Amino acid sequence: MIPQDTIIALASASGAGAIAVIRISGKDAISVCEPFFKSIKNKKLSTQKTHTIHLGHIVDGKRVIDQVLVSIFKGPNSYTGENIIEISCHGSTYIQQEIIQLFLRNGCRMAEAGEFTLRAFLNGKVDLSQAEAVADLIASDNAASHQIAMQQMRGGFSNEIKQLREELLNFASLIELELDFAEEDVEFADRTQFEALVNKIQTVLKRLIDSFAVGNVIKNGIPVAIVGAPNVGKSTLLNALLNEERAIVSDIAGTTRDTIEDEVVIQGIGFRFIDTAGIRETEDVVESIGIKKTFEKISQAQVVIYLFDASHFAENSSLITVEIEKIKNQFPQKPLVIIANKVDTIDASLIKEQLHYEHLLLLSAKEKTGIDDLKNTLLQFINTGQLRNNETIVTNGRHYDSLLKALEEIEKVQLGLNDGLSGDLLAIDIRQALYYFGEITGEVTSDDLLGNIFANFCIGK
Amino acid sequence: MFDREYDVIVVGAGHAGSEAAAAAANMGASTLLITMNLQNIAQMSCNPAMGGIAKGQIVREIDALGGYSGIVTDKTAIQFKMLNKSKGPAMWSPRAQSDRMRFAEEWRTMLENTPNLDFYQEMVSGLIIKDGVIKGVKTSLGIEVYAKSVVLTNGTFLNGLIHIGEKQFGGGRAGERAATGITEDLVNIGFEAGRMKTGTPPRVDGRSLNFDKMLAQPGDENPEKFSYSDVTKPLTKQRDCHMTYTSEAVHDVLRSGFDRSPMFNGSIKSVGPRYCPSIEDKINRFADKDRHQMFVEPEGWNTVEYYVNGFSTSLPEDVQFKALRSVVGFENVKFFRPGYAIEYDYFPPTQLRHTLETKLVSGLYFAGQINGTTGYEEAASQGLMAGINAALKVQGREEFILKRNEAYIGVLIDDLITKGTEEPYRMFTSRAEYRTLLRQDNADIRLTPRGYDIGLAKESRMIRMEEKQQKANAFINFFKETSLKPEDANPVLDDLNSAPMKQSDKMYKVFSRPKVTMDHMKQFAEVAEYIKEHDLDTEVLEQTEIEIKYSGYIAKEKNNADKLNRLEDIRIPANFNYDKLTSVSFEAREKLKKIKPATLSQASRISGVSPSDISIMLVYMGR
Repeated sequence: MIPQDTIIALASASGAGAIAVIRISGKDAISVCEPFFKSIKNKKLSTQKTHTIHLGHIVDGKRVIDQVLVSIFKGPNSYTGENIIEISCHGSTYIQQEIIQLFLRNGCRMAEAGEFTLRAFLNGKVDLSQAEAVADLIASDNAASHQIAMQQMRGGFSNEIKQLREELLNFASLIELELDFAEEDVEFADRTQFEALVNKIQTVLKRLIDSFAVGNVIKNGIPVAIVGAPNVGKSTLLNALLNEERAIVSDIAGTTRDTIEDEVVIQGIGFRFIDTAGIRETEDVVESIGIKKTFEKISQAQVVIYLFDASHFAENSSLITVEIEKIKNQFPQKPLVIIANKVDTIDASLIKEQLHYEHLLLLSAKEKTGIDDLKNTLLQFINTGQLRNNETIVTNGRHYDSLLKALEEIEKVQLGLNDGLSGDLLAIDIRQALYYFGEITGEVTSDDLLGNIFANFCIGK
Repeated sequence: MFDREYDVIVVGAGHAGSEAAAAAANMGASTLLITMNLQNIAQMSCNPAMGGIAKGQIVREIDALGGYSGIVTDKTAIQFKMLNKSKGPAMWSPRAQSDRMRFAEEWRTMLENTPNLDFYQEMVSGLIIKDGVIKGVKTSLGIEVYAKSVVLTNGTFLNGLIHIGEKQFGGGRAGERAATGITEDLVNIGFEAGRMKTGTPPRVDGRSLNFDKMLAQPGDENPEKFSYSDVTKPLTKQRDCHMTYTSEAVHDVLRSGFDRSPMFNGSIKSVGPRYCPSIEDKINRFADKDRHQMFVEPEGWNTVEYYVNGFSTSLPEDVQFKALRSVVGFENVKFFRPGYAIEYDYFPPTQLRHTLETKLVSGLYFAGQINGTTGYEEAASQGLMAGINAALKVQGREEFILKRNEAYIGVLIDDLITKGTEEPYRMFTSRAEYRTLLRQDNADIRLTPRGYDIGLAKESRMIRMEEKQQKANAFINFFKETSLKPEDANPVLDDLNSAPMKQSDKMYKVFSRPKVTMDHMKQFAEVAEYIKEHDLDTEVLEQTEIEIKYSGYIAKEKNNADKLNRLEDIRIPANFNYDKLTSVSFEAREKLKKIKPATLSQASRISGVSPSDISIMLVYMGR
């Protein structure tokens, strides 16, 4: 809350793009960066002037992560009024996350929503009239973030984390009990049991932390297969979701340069979109291999989007219907979204008349109309539990940050248990761990401990 | 009768009132102590003991600041124990059994020897308030006494109602009448009042008990004491307490009276403390427990009266009696008096500022049970703080506030005024987020300089504290600078199953290892010599050991506390408009408006106020 530490966040829009900008702000921003930036000309960041740009590599030990441009803005002449480093790196989500994680492990904290602006404001860099906007941003983000975190962990970790927190809280209460009510006839916290719990927590935390590793984020996003003939607008749709321009989008069929396989984060939940060839029946051997592959990809996906060009609906309507039915027959359990793209060019009433599907969306990827409906539909699958993503992912950097810190505290508790450390000292680390758990689940600990004691133990002379 | 205006009037002479009067008078304020019965100064209405876990730390804090409770306890103790000695130093908690009558007598003597302090016996039945400023008090005889500030410490007396079984009668304590008038005056001018409940066990005749059937509980072999000053000495002889248990048979008798219990038949509606339940509450809520501990505590050196700790009850006296007679060792018990429950008025403490001055009436202070607390120690410390601040206000000096990382007293008051309390509030170590800093061994180092600054702690205390600290620091340096050879150290380490040293190392590092204590270090000749040469006493040795062995944790907590203090330093303007915080939830806004926190840190501790709300406030305060 009070600007002291060094914060980091992606400053450009989330998702993949040509380049991305990562911003680091704080008194120590420059010194935090220095060890991980190898300038082409062997320049030291700390001796460079403000408002200068430097070419070099972000390195983690011997491993080169990316070639980047680093901009230095020294406080007070910066956006936040503090020292700022901006790293312009290549745009893939993988690289962004690698760099952010590197700094999270080395002295940075994930910025809260609006925190750069908040700092700017507190340092007198932003006009007072913007205060309210910042305030709203903080409030709304905070309310949403815990909910999202838990949604995100649905089916996999949310219950586990909640339960572990509860068990930890119970143990913390037992420890407080033996401290504050030592004179009384109370049971004491069984250290062997506690050790087992702590080990369990450690395992789960490690698993969650690993899931944040970028490879996993990409692999573990909820797979969504997009089925559609060439030139129905798959790339445009994806770009609309990413809210930015992708490299090549043209009117010529087959101009998508690479296979589309990209991660889009919608309200904190990662979706991985997989391009497939169409499933049009053909005599051509090569193409029929393609169809087989399409079905393979659909079977791996958790959601299927069937996309067609609304402007050519009239002449293709029977083909489209056949294809949709084929998918439905093959995968009756899989949520299926039918999208009529390019509706801006035609009158869509015919489509509505002929196609009766639960999730039929009319949109224009180019005009970006109907995109929110698509996002909501995808999120709705998650909220209603239609999707099970057992390989849970942590995509939120702030939660990753909290998990790292919780793990650190849990490991201290472990060490303390090994050394036979007295309860009051163990409690210091347990309380910290509970605090970080709370940052993820949104539960506060302060008065829980005593309440728990009074509810469960007979005490009092 | 009272032609002059006092600086401070203290109403009530329990633990809070006595400390308040002593503090105000010692700080040079002309002070009048009014109480309903001057024979009953500093009564121990409940158990004859001071201190205990978290409470013992408070007594040491009171002493370090220059209050009397520590000295009185030392002078009148019949047994001393350092509780939790097997745990970390933050948990060590002194506790003393007291001679109830000697305790009250000593308090009266000390107060009589305090300059600037007058006494008067009568019931205060009203307050004189003009334009939101206190002017004095009215007594039941109609006398008006004027003062610049008034400290109310009414304990359980305000409209006190005693319950024994189905019988109920007005009273502030067994054998004493209730006080009336004050609550009504305060409610009339806008104060919110509530009711609380507490209880006490029967007192019995020790000659009727069979102690051979109970387990003796002696005091410590080497008793310490509460006061840091040299005016008291540790006990040389002590009295035992005893322990016994209830049984299913006892529970059955107790249950037979439940239909006549005011706790269960609805006559008592107010909330009692969860951690100090009556015996009927215990067997009701924890039905699967077949027995409960009872401590049998002597009430003094020369009395046969005993206090039956763990048997607090408001069941009908015949049920109490019959049940106690089924307890092992109590087969022939004779009662001095039955246990009872008492309901009394309190004022939700969120109506107070950190100085314990009311927000509504300038110059009016509340301390003790009137604020919803329980316990002699909690009361005494509030009395001390209210007395200090009442005097400071009259003298036009800066207010005296202890922070949460400075003292349990700071935690206590901040909790009360920030969160309020739904049940009688008792201190626990777990209430303090920085308890590793708030130890009983360093209360003098933490607080004597503060007490000295305001003119309450005497210079001799300062000198003593500085000497202790300087000696401990020098000794710590000795450990940092002196090396230890493997051949000397390894035999000792071997005994402890600690890995042997391969090469010489500083003593400090060896000392820091788990399991290594000062006693082990003393086995090395240089250490023993140093102690002898510098004539170091146990207190210095203890201080040194704690500072070395727990330095990591102490540093960690200090660091966390510093973070808190950054918010502590951001004061919220008194006229801050919470209504403009539209991004903050309605509930949080209402609470903020009611409590009017003094600092952002305090705001963050109000339940329902989230960290993001604090960020938003920061934004709006346009820092």
